[in-house]
Amino acid sequence: MTLLDLSLGESSSVLKLDAEGADRRRLMDLGFIPGSRVEALRRSPLGDPVAYRIRGAVIALRRADAGRIHIDG
Amino acid sequence: MQGAFTSTVDVTVKKSIGIQSLAMMDAQCSSCALNPLTDSGQLAREGSADATVVLAGNPNVGKTSVFNALTGLRQHTGNWPGKTVLQARGFYPHRDKRIEVVDLPGTYSLSARSPEEEVARDAICFGNPDVTVVVVDATALERNLNLVLQIAEVSDRIVVCVNLLDEARRKHVWVDLKELALELGLPVVGTVALARRGILELKDAIDQIVTGQMSPSPKKPVYSEDVEAAIVGIVPSIQEINHTSLPDRWIALRILEGDDSILGKLEQFYRRDDATMTEQAMAS
Repeated sequence: MTLLDLSLGESSSVLKLDAEGADRRRLMDLGFIPGSRVEALRRSPLGDPVAYRIRGAVIALRRADAGRIHIDG
Repeated sequence: MQGAFTSTVDVTVKKSIGIQSLAMMDAQCSSCALNPLTDSGQLAREGSADATVVLAGNPNVGKTSVFNALTGLRQHTGNWPGKTVLQARGFYPHRDKRIEVVDLPGTYSLSARSPEEEVARDAICFGNPDVTVVVVDATALERNLNLVLQIAEVSDRIVVCVNLLDEARRKHVWVDLKELALELGLPVVGTVALARRGILELKDAIDQIVTGQMSPSPKKPVYSEDVEAAIVGIVPSIQEINHTSLPDRWIALRILEGDDSILGKLEQFYRRDDATMTEQAMAS
């Protein structure tokens, strides 16, 4: 499952990133590193993006990016 | 005493902005008067400054509070993204020197993905500042150290400023500053910028690097064997043509990474003899 399957208030840990090159680097720079705890915090009114807490900061991700982050099911 | 510099800085900033709002300005505009870099890539230095210090850090770590505490200016702080799109400049006198401080937009990494991040990246990598102060959030160190390590690959002249120590304390987080300094190989100063705590120590640490009393040698990240082997493979060709102050290893990593934005900047800022630098390096 991916971050998209995480309900608000739920948390899990990052398993792997379905991204390469600069995109992968970007996600890792934002803190999405395998093993990190991630919690879905809130959804914007239109459902996209969703705010996640990761490594002590709140980061908003678009669905397209959230779907590339696999989490512990 | 610091107030003497306040008005001059304020006036120049407002004048060049005119009636346009800060948010409207295009941070990428290379010819605009507020861009931190001159055409040659150097930080546009005020003639009267003895040294230029840039403030780097993740968004929301209190860089602007540190800036205000250092300079006595009241640059606007607030909690929304992109508020420091254009870097603010100020000065402070310390130990008979006039130090210029540039407050950069927040960035998570040197692989810039937005105009704001690009302003920060360019100033850190191509601006050749005398000292880079990396402001980190004491409550989220592990996240913040990513940027510290990235900057340590570009420059040795770094001071790590662990800010928000009071907030960390409230969250029962205690940061071992001495151990962190040993671990990183960099001077580390703890601050509560809003309360102006630790600011004198920060100025002293900056001064020690400016005067050469201290030359940090940060521990650099080591990559996987195949990446390290690839670096060794292309560094000699880079060495031959690298006339910049940037480390060969850092340029090698950017080439391996295929970061076109940085390679483009290298050609922009070091156009003269080095126009073919990256091409040659890539071909090798």
